Amino acid sequence: MNGWRKSPARFKIGLLIMLVVGLTALCSFVWTPYPPTAIDIASKLQPPSMRHWMGTDHFGRDILSMVMVGSRTSIAVAIAAVAIGIGIGVPIGLLAAERRGLIDDALMRLNDLIFAFPALISAIMITAVFGPGALNAIIAIGIFNIPVFARATRGAALSIWPREYILAARSTGKSDRRITFDHVFPNVSHLLMVQATIQFSLGILAEASLAYVGLGTQPPMPSWGRMLFDAQTMIGVAPHMAIFPGLAIVATVLGLNLFGDGLRDMLDPRASSR
Amino acid sequence: MTLWRSALLALTLVLGSASAHAARSDLVLGVVLEPPHLDPTAGAAAAIDEIVYANVFEGLTRIGANGEVLPALAESWDISDDGRVYTFKLHGKVLFHDGTTFDGEDVKFSLDRARDAKSVNAQKVLFEGIENVEIVDPLTVRITLKQPDGDFLYNMGWGDAVIVAPETAATNKERPVGTGPFKFGNWAKGSQITLLRNTAYWGSQPALEKATFRIIPDPAAATAALLAGDVQAFPVFPSYETVPQFQTDPRFKVVIGTTEGETVLGMNNAKPPFDALKVRQAIAHAIDRKALIDGTMFGFGTPIGSFFPPHHAAYTDLTAKSAYDPELAKKLLAEAGHPQGFKTTLKLPPPVYARRGGEIIAAQLAAIGIEAQIVPLEWAQWLDQVFKGKDYDLTIVSHTEPNDLNIFARDDYYFNYNNPAFKELIKTIAATSDQAQRAELYREAQTVLADDMPAAFLFQLPKTGIWDAGVEGLWENGPIQANDLTNVRWTD
Repeated sequence: MNGWRKSPARFKIGLLIMLVVGLTALCSFVWTPYPPTAIDIASKLQPPSMRHWMGTDHFGRDILSMVMVGSRTSIAVAIAAVAIGIGIGVPIGLLAAERRGLIDDALMRLNDLIFAFPALISAIMITAVFGPGALNAIIAIGIFNIPVFARATRGAALSIWPREYILAARSTGKSDRRITFDHVFPNVSHLLMVQATIQFSLGILAEASLAYVGLGTQPPMPSWGRMLFDAQTMIGVAPHMAIFPGLAIVATVLGLNLFGDGLRDMLDPRASSR
Repeated sequence: MTLWRSALLALTLVLGSASAHAARSDLVLGVVLEPPHLDPTAGAAAAIDEIVYANVFEGLTRIGANGEVLPALAESWDISDDGRVYTFKLHGKVLFHDGTTFDGEDVKFSLDRARDAKSVNAQKVLFEGIENVEIVDPLTVRITLKQPDGDFLYNMGWGDAVIVAPETAATNKERPVGTGPFKFGNWAKGSQITLLRNTAYWGSQPALEKATFRIIPDPAAATAALLAGDVQAFPVFPSYETVPQFQTDPRFKVVIGTTEGETVLGMNNAKPPFDALKVRQAIAHAIDRKALIDGTMFGFGTPIGSFFPPHHAAYTDLTAKSAYDPELAKKLLAEAGHPQGFKTTLKLPPPVYARRGGEIIAAQLAAIGIEAQIVPLEWAQWLDQVFKGKDYDLTIVSHTEPNDLNIFARDDYYFNYNNPAFKELIKTIAATSDQAQRAELYREAQTVLADDMPAAFLFQLPKTGIWDAGVEGLWENGPIQANDLTNVRWTD
């Protein structure tokens, strides 16, 4: 565990926050203080108390339970969206770096095309066309992760290709494809991990934004973004309805960013000497 | 000198306090939606009538604060014994805002224009029964109907039936010219519309000199505008959750009335399992209206058991026929052959009553085993899929038109409800002019619907009016979409 002691503080804090969020999400599968979708109009808009630690919303639902289950939604959507980005974007980037020339140009111009659209607006467009829901939110966010990973992978891979060990590998008769798998990919993967944490936190924010405009996860499944939407007209009457899901989003995104920053510092020594 | 000085001081004080006590004569009202234009004879948007009805434009008759038919440009009328010929005696000395005289020519022009084949009137059905319009003399008009129509005088009171002048009919969209107590002042698009007192008005002069309708679509901004005093009246306040805040504030008067908006859980009567009466009854009994109104509308709204506004004289309370009883609901569901319940969809248009209400109803239906998947839709999608396409299982919507009991008798309406006896009843009502008899028939029709449950009847949309405590004369209820300013005044 020498690495842990040497790791930067932000990495530790970030990891800690992520663990808390992750465990909360796991915990919500087996236990929440109240059923998160149980409507009890008689106890609506209660401020935080011993019975309801985060108060209740306008339908009398327990906000803590909803925040717990909401974390699950956010994490699941963000992970799936990052997986789409990595699964499609990384091969594209590796292929472009390996083949160069026309294929490289074609793939990268296609990337630029997707990049040219503001991601959130396009995600709204996609969910508006294909209908709201968690699955379409994943696809919409995932599509915009593809060029991000493709570009990052290609850039990193291009800097690997001129290295001498690649030349050495080539001289042993390995094909370009083999070299990509055996040498290029392992050497860019640390960079992709950093990129993945960034995209993960962006995915959490995107999911919340889509849910906020009514295009993400649908009721009765709790979602942080929709909790904020429901809270906005009641902010004068029941501020706790906005504060807790808002804090959950802030904490998760902060945790991921600290973690990602720390990870980059550890994996790329040049960046830490800022 | 000191005497003079003190006398002068006293005089200043007296004058000063007198002017401070002179009643204000301007009012800024908040409205949520901006009208597409200002011609009520060429558009269905309620936002048009909310500005011009009874203020700028008048018809032969008008609808009063409690939904009653009152004389307007026609001071009186005679109905022939067979109920087909209406002879209207018009007010003399009525001028349009552009100075031209109003007479029978304008009535004939307006009605013929509305029922013309090329008419763009949004409610052509109001004029369908008219056979012809004749001018007997400049101040007498005779209208012959194809058949007796008990609703005719009411229909002539709609905003779509106002009288316009041939000279200005084409330009009313941007510069409305009517006969009302207020004339059009100015329209700053996206911001506000100003009306000014019509000093040449034929009736009694309104107390207000100037009325400004400010367009405020955002509920939070509406609250802020009222609290800051920028807007002194919000006849239909859009944010139910902040109403209690105003109720405890002595600076404001909060008036909760009813509207013509019957909110229903629409069911596709032609599609199994909703074609079975017991399923529809089970759904109706599964809904706890009190919890629904508390959770959706923050307690504002009147439970209804049929399709009729509670402020109407012929209203009868039938909520007991679909009282909240989940056990009975489960039993009915089992009897209908669905002991385990079933899966269905609930398509919801954007208004908050539908979106919030839908979540609560889905939870209440889940309690009896019906799993309703919520599908939120934009208005255009809702109109296309549900209203026109009839591609839905369940939906929630408020029917805000006045006098719309007959939608359940329409052949091609989204409920897909077909009850020949009810259709016959609606026909009889339409042909009956006697008010007592009509009320009796209306009660009968309400009972038929409460028994047959073509939709689950939820609640009447409230009219949440909030205005400065010093303002009086605004309508408590909304029997028609209007903000009648004729009797509005400041009391202090």
